[in-house]
Amino acid sequence: MKNVIFAGVGGQGVILAGKILMQVAMDAGYDVKESEVHGMAQRGGSVDCHVRYSDRVYSPLIPLQSADFIVSLEMLEAMRKMDYLAPNGWLIVNLEKVDPAPVRTGAMRYPPDLQEWLSRNVESTLFVDTAGILKHVGTRKALNIVMLGVLSNYLEFDESQWEAAIKSLVKEKFAEMNMKAFKMGRDYRIPA
Amino acid sequence: MEKKVLLGNEAIARGAYEAGCHVATAYPGTPSTEILETIGRDYRSIKAQWSPNEKVALEVAAGASIAGARALAAMKHVGLNVAADPLFTFSYTGVNGGLVIVNADDPSAWSSQNEQDNRHLARAAKVPMIEPSSPQECKDFTRLAFDLSEEYDRPVIVRITTRVAHSQGIVELSEKSEVAVKPFVRNPQKFVMLPAHARPRHVFIEEQMRKLKDYSDASPLNRIEWGSRTRGIITDSVAYQYVKETCPEDSVLKIGMVWPMPDDLIRQFAAGVEKLFVVEELDPFIEDWVKMLGIRCVGKDIIPLCFELTPDIVGQALNGTNRKGAYPRYETNPIPPRPPALCAGCPHGYVFQVLARLDLNVNGDIGCYTLAALPPYSAMHTQGCMGAGIGMHLGMEKAHGPDIARRSVAVIGDSTFVHSGITPLIDLVYNKGTGTVIIMDNRSTAMTGHQDHPATGKTLTGEETHELDLAMLARAVGVKRVVTADPKDTAEFERIVREEVAAPEPSVIISNRRCILLK
Ligand code: SF4
Repeated sequence: MKNVIFAGVGGQGVILAGKILMQVAMDAGYDVKESEVHGMAQRGGSVDCHVRYSDRVYSPLIPLQSADFIVSLEMLEAMRKMDYLAPNGWLIVNLEKVDPAPVRTGAMRYPPDLQEWLSRNVESTLFVDTAGILKHVGTRKALNIVMLGVLSNYLEFDESQWEAAIKSLVKEKFAEMNMKAFKMGRDYRIPA
Repeated sequence: MEKKVLLGNEAIARGAYEAGCHVATAYPGTPSTEILETIGRDYRSIKAQWSPNEKVALEVAAGASIAGARALAAMKHVGLNVAADPLFTFSYTGVNGGLVIVNADDPSAWSSQNEQDNRHLARAAKVPMIEPSSPQECKDFTRLAFDLSEEYDRPVIVRITTRVAHSQGIVELSEKSEVAVKPFVRNPQKFVMLPAHARPRHVFIEEQMRKLKDYSDASPLNRIEWGSRTRGIITDSVAYQYVKETCPEDSVLKIGMVWPMPDDLIRQFAAGVEKLFVVEELDPFIEDWVKMLGIRCVGKDIIPLCFELTPDIVGQALNGTNRKGAYPRYETNPIPPRPPALCAGCPHGYVFQVLARLDLNVNGDIGCYTLAALPPYSAMHTQGCMGAGIGMHLGMEKAHGPDIARRSVAVIGDSTFVHSGITPLIDLVYNKGTGTVIIMDNRSTAMTGHQDHPATGKTLTGEETHELDLAMLARAVGVKRVVTADPKDTAEFERIVREEVAAPEPSVIISNRRCILLK
């Protein structure tokens, strides 16, 4: 069983990322299930989705300590999911921060040491500096696809399988841009 | 046949399509909204519509059914309260074409004002209820529900929960059945519920429910999966998936038809296992029934009564596994929460700035704007169900006299006003209230994802239609002071609110500004 959690903030495309992974896994012959929290219409709440694939999947929810990957499009959201990460699981985190309301109003501060703490306490972490990539892609909307590209290096599916799934799920006019984002994520290496 | 990844709600829409459903109705409500959205978008052979509220939605569907069509009405759990009146009596009339009601409960109240367990309503209304536990079952059970409805002359409720509605999985699609609309045949003994007609119908439906009990015992909807006989678990809905995940060795009785309950199957299962457990979300609906049959079982002693279950909760209760995090806890700084908040530039924000400044008592309602009860606005003081704010506003005045109306308002969104705000506004005028009602017209049912409604002038499928004029409606029910204003000019809006609240007669302010997320 492979368990992947996508986490982020409303509007970042968390659920589409999960949907593409499901499609790839289904096309490869797996049973898949997913569970998502639909934020309310308002912008800016936490959003996540659990994706699981195997020969047979029962629960659409991943149990605690069982996620092989947590792909978080936002740092704070990664912290909220830590209880799900398996002891040898990978944490893949976008370095960009999105201030939640209590930070914007000044009532609380965004913890400054999250990256450092995660690097120290989680064996397998990958922090992705997406800002540069997104500039190259030309739109911030492709953040979810960039992160999916990074994740793809760790999964068994080849690039053509991902391409087929992405093309079947995004609007045709955005397909090329999304494939570019996916490849840049897939080629991402931590700057030395 | 083709396989597709579908959301539970999309699978229900597909099931209705495959069943040859002709008419589908709903009022939007999380977690049920995507059912009608999917039908309106993907299955144009079905006449799909948003109704002003769930009662009307069910009545339109029932009318279609009695006229001979296959019809579906979808709603969230509290929506079925609104539609309970037609439900209880269309249970008596029964159907002509199949009538299916999809009811979406919300354990954990992810986006609701309560977490009521609507399995009780099936029993109270004497209608069969079936419960899918996966997207594939959502499709298959919905399709089957139409056949059952026609065969047993009962409306059938398909009950889902948030976790069933909002999970995706692989669904194997089938061909659509071509079902003709039957003729409408006049039959007042069946379709006009005078007392003299209702009494024999009551006898008839008790007989139908008895037949359905036999069906429930024999139906593939309820099935025993024998495993180890040491422990047997009766379970329904998504809890079944958690049981299979955490207790793969045990024997399981999967309940897919939860009303009427399969008594013989339960007895057979209980006799075949050493110890019996019931794992279900919310109320001990199955557990109480099992105990009523004189069978000992363990249920809510170990399974929580409140909030939705998870594989971890079920695993802990049944196996004593107690997983917490595998990593140390981050404790250096507090982690700021990310609660939902009004969007930056939301039209409601301006209204609540003004109401907070004026420090009025605010009788609120249901929509994005309910968030104004929280900081930074903290400007809503009562709220219950759809449309309640206006009646409560009048009730406060009845309790304290008109003075309190000089310090209070009721606020309600455009869609909520059309849903349930019109009758209490009539009451406010009729019973000589003097309060002010602010209709916050953002041109949308925003919270559930921007659906149209009668005052937007567009239908579910995007066609132009008559646009309900809220100001004219307010005047027609007898409100003489009706003002429309853009709340963004907060100084002017404040002046208007002061003036209207001070006036010793009923008034309506229409705060007119589009939701910023509308295209
Ligand atoms: S979705 Fe529209 S109405 Fe709701 S909070 Fe955002 S701007 Fe306001």
